[in-house]
Amino acid sequence: MTAAQAVPGALLTGAAGWMFVIFAVLALGMAVAVVVARNPIHSALFLLSSFLLVACIFILQQAEFVGAVQILVYAGGIMVLFLFVIMLVHQRGVQERLTFQHQWDVALLFLLVFLLPFLYVLWTERFPELPQNLDAFRTVRGKIAGNTEAVAWVLYRDYLLPFEVASVFLLVAMIGAVVLGKRSAEKVD
Amino acid sequence: MTITINHFLVVSFLLFSIGLFGVLVRRNFLTVLMSVELMLNAVNLNLIAFSRRLSDLTGQVFSVFVITIAAGEAAIGLALTISLFRQRRTLNVEEASSMQG
Repeated sequence: MTAAQAVPGALLTGAAGWMFVIFAVLALGMAVAVVVARNPIHSALFLLSSFLLVACIFILQQAEFVGAVQILVYAGGIMVLFLFVIMLVHQRGVQERLTFQHQWDVALLFLLVFLLPFLYVLWTERFPELPQNLDAFRTVRGKIAGNTEAVAWVLYRDYLLPFEVASVFLLVAMIGAVVLGKRSAEKVD
Repeated sequence: MTITINHFLVVSFLLFSIGLFGVLVRRNFLTVLMSVELMLNAVNLNLIAFSRRLSDLTGQVFSVFVITIAAGEAAIGLALTISLFRQRRTLNVEEASSMQG
């Protein structure tokens, strides 16, 4: 990681850079497969591999805690939820007549319009040459610790209120999911 | 291979665009939800890259919050999916148009 200090503005160099390219290309391919796959189970499995590849990119970026959370929450929690629902609503023998809606060409045109301001910003914006502190993600009170400790220090000291709001949000989401998912009273007889 | 923030922006933009395209054109409600997850993941990628670029941990903390929101959104969305399937026996988003939306 000493080579990263030599080039200002470089996030990854050498073999780590090539690994990023491999992970990114595979993740994009999996994302395309999610959108074009006809069977929802195939979509879910492609989405799972896309999440795992993005978690690998997080770990390359020295964000080990977020990478682990990505694997635990997305791959472990959300994907299991998706697969359960696919299992519950699976219609045997009913094949989708059309995968895409009729306006897919208009949507593609919209994305091209969306691309133009992005390219403009990418070409004109020069991000400042900041000195990078490679130990910033693992330093707690001046001492070298782990990434998890450093994230916890920032999360519980500076962002305690958003953290509590997030827990209330999860409670609301849980109650909402139970209320939406249960059968209405008049239909149960 | 030297990777700068611009490479991350391009990858993140492409991932977001693929997710947006899926949201716009897929007819299956489950796949629309999966595309929304792809878009949230692209935003996370950007947050992590800028966190590294600025040597600031706030981006990582924020992406943990984004993952929390994604989990809640998936739970609500899937409950809506089950509710829709129970009412209409279909997952096609075009069938759920009784409010003329």
